Amino acid sequence: MVKTSLTAKDYPIAETQPDEVIGNHGKPLSSLTMGAVLNGDVSMEDLRITSQALEKQAEIATSVGRFALASNLKRAAEMTRLPQSEVMAIYELLRPGRSASAESLLDAANRVRNDYDAQLLGDFLDEASSVYEQRGLFRRRY
Amino acid sequence: MSQSYDANRWKRFDDWDARALRLDKFAVEDPENGFSAFNGAADPSPGLGINAGKVTSMDGVASADFDIIDAFIANYHIDPDIAEEAMSVPSSQLARMLVDMNVPRTELTRLARGLTPAKLAETVAQLNAMEIAFAYSKMRARQSPGNQAHVTNAKDDPLQLAADAAIAVALGFDEIETTMRVARNSWSNALACCVGSAVGRAGTLFQCSSEEAEELEIGMAGFTSYAETVSVYGTESAFIDGDDTPWSKAWLAAAYASRGIKMRCTSGAASELLMGFHEAKSLLYLEARCLCLQRGMGSQGTQNGGIDGAPLASSIPGGVREIMAENLIAVWLDLECASGNDARHSESDMRVAAKILPYLIGGSDLICSGFGSILKYDNSFNPSSFNGEELEEFLVLQRDFEADGGLTTVEDARALTLRRRAIDALSHVLKDLGLAEATEMMKRSVAVASGSNDTQSFTPRDVALISEKISGDDVTVLDVIKSLHRGGFLEEAENLLFLVKLRVSGDYLQTSAVVRNNKVISAINDPNDYTGPGTGHRLTEARRQELANIRDVLDREEVLRAEAVSEMGETKSIRYQIMGPADPGTDTDEIVVGVSPGFGLKIFRTLAGHRLSAVLRALKAGIERGGGAMRLVRFWHTADTSFLGLSAARLSGSGIGIGIQSKGTAIIHQKDRLPHNNLELFSNAPVTTLEHYEEMGFNATVYAKRMLPDPIVVPTKGEALGARFHARVALIYAIETGMTEDNATPEALAITFLETS
Repeated sequence: MVKTSLTAKDYPIAETQPDEVIGNHGKPLSSLTMGAVLNGDVSMEDLRITSQALEKQAEIATSVGRFALASNLKRAAEMTRLPQSEVMAIYELLRPGRSASAESLLDAANRVRNDYDAQLLGDFLDEASSVYEQRGLFRRRY
Repeated sequence: MSQSYDANRWKRFDDWDARALRLDKFAVEDPENGFSAFNGAADPSPGLGINAGKVTSMDGVASADFDIIDAFIANYHIDPDIAEEAMSVPSSQLARMLVDMNVPRTELTRLARGLTPAKLAETVAQLNAMEIAFAYSKMRARQSPGNQAHVTNAKDDPLQLAADAAIAVALGFDEIETTMRVARNSWSNALACCVGSAVGRAGTLFQCSSEEAEELEIGMAGFTSYAETVSVYGTESAFIDGDDTPWSKAWLAAAYASRGIKMRCTSGAASELLMGFHEAKSLLYLEARCLCLQRGMGSQGTQNGGIDGAPLASSIPGGVREIMAENLIAVWLDLECASGNDARHSESDMRVAAKILPYLIGGSDLICSGFGSILKYDNSFNPSSFNGEELEEFLVLQRDFEADGGLTTVEDARALTLRRRAIDALSHVLKDLGLAEATEMMKRSVAVASGSNDTQSFTPRDVALISEKISGDDVTVLDVIKSLHRGGFLEEAENLLFLVKLRVSGDYLQTSAVVRNNKVISAINDPNDYTGPGTGHRLTEARRQELANIRDVLDREEVLRAEAVSEMGETKSIRYQIMGPADPGTDTDEIVVGVSPGFGLKIFRTLAGHRLSAVLRALKAGIERGGGAMRLVRFWHTADTSFLGLSAARLSGSGIGIGIQSKGTAIIHQKDRLPHNNLELFSNAPVTTLEHYEEMGFNATVYAKRMLPDPIVVPTKGEALGARFHARVALIYAIETGMTEDNATPEALAITFLETS
């Protein structure tokens, strides 16, 4: 069966498909009750959005012509797999003058592709590296 | 008083110098130096080259020469599938489409994906301010308008933050934003507002504006639900100076979404000019670049419209129109728009009110970004256009225009209850989690305080320690939820849990998402479908009633209640006796005072607050000082001042009469004159004193002697007396006219003063 993309009709997904909305540890939205919280059965990880939910939101955005937003949500879907420290380390690398050459950005691109299966983010970093090279952003700033 | 007539300038200029407006500094238009709203010296002409799906040139720059902003826009904003079609539409035609209600919004947002910054700027620059406002209203993404509040205070006092957050929620703000005086207090501020915003109802989104990495961490701990600090700039140098690039910001945009946190970017006119990197380009063109960048990054929205640059933008000719124009580009690009009206652009209340009007009547996703829900001095961002001081003005503007600005009146008993609840909830959490202990005195002082100058609460050092402990102990929103539940704050615990669960589905990551009645609404399920009258956002009758329901409104019962109180005093001061029908008099010294039907029967005080017995006493004294005698008559056939006066004159042996209404409006009349051609009229009852009534009595006797007295001048200080009194006047007058009877006979009254004063 061909999977059909979600559209505006499926929004908000928390209402239209509550059983399909699942936290990062596999618990559906309906199980995240006050009782469960009080019993200690809910962690912050359970409240983390998943790449699947972000993909669904990307599909909905695409259905109403918001392609740029959809692309960001797809990058975000990949980014759910990156630990926070990696997210912040790469952010820092992307800031002007933080890396002395294209090398570190290209390394980061390979890392996210290989370790976190993040093709879009890898391409994004490759592209940043080439623009930074062109614009001379790989220079120390004081 | 000594007066010098040697001044070498008209003194009106001194008056003008003294007005708040003159604190504003205005700048001359100077396009070479970046001081141009619409026509920068170096603004490019629109243009786009595309080859095999790649942008080869844009707005006069070849791709090889692209700076980081051009490069990002070319890669991420320009949609090659649309670009050729879109760029071929003349900007004059696009401008007409923006204001044509028959062209659907979606057609324009489709074309925008293929338009370059210069083309977007050239198009909206052709619209006048009204056209921009209309187009904005048509083009904004979500149908239901909303608003955002600042909740901060000068002490970073968590108790006050919680109380003020609860008030902001009750007022109806969809989002609240806090920041700190001292950077290390961020965690404390976040926790305090988070708890406060859970009081009363669920779903108010909350952000804590702080350093990028920390803001994301606070979000991941679940305290905040959105962010809007991702700033972008329109020139490469400004961007680099801001220590970021479009790629680093786009990375952050994805980072927030990947953690289920709503995010919008920020940009606003004149930031480049403030930072010294304007490239001799206009405010609008640079903003068009910022906005294309934001759409390209995949930000769902923007905080846009001057923002921190609003005061500078507004110093330039056309600056406010430019701010409106950049907001229009934002919504044309299909972005959520938190439309500025934030940093106060002027010391003049009039300039502020004028600037807000298009947004109030046209609606906006977030009209202010934000509205200072606290007092000006407590706003840690800067004073906003509207602040705690002016909040009721905003509520009244909503009522005046029947326009939904997102806010609702909070009745005063409820306000105090909510504040106490928020303070109790937070105090419990602070104690329960071993963070701090609030004393009863602290709680009580904060509950009633209008601002932090009036509180005796946590010291700045206490707050720093609280903040460090929250961060150090890795406290999360789940700890807070559990703690609230333990403390019996069950509703607040449920409200917070509701809010953090939103991030699992990501529904509020879509464009213009807010939470209303426990449901996420956004441009997806509440799209602006304006296509003319009867479409788009309309007030429901229930909402209209809410807007109408401001504090302290007058009705007939209220007027009668107030009069009933006065009546008790008057029964001790005067006795009226009906002496039968009043006949024409013959005594040439007599002055007939004709009173209205409700005088001393239903109404007992003038608008100035004088007891009617005191007014009669003054009139009588004046008449007697002039050698005359007062005869009192009540007319039942009219309540109109002129006819009361004329009828009194016609009954008067001297031919001179005084007519007076219960509210104190009075007239001196002569029997042979036309009704509205009186001798003297005292129309400003609210400023008419007892001395004036005494003079009135005296002057009547002078007229009776066929002489011309000095007319009595009742000076005003320019008060808007109509605004102050006309609602009451109309109600009182209706009571009086309701008592009139056609052709009723005038009634002679004898009065006895029962007190000496």
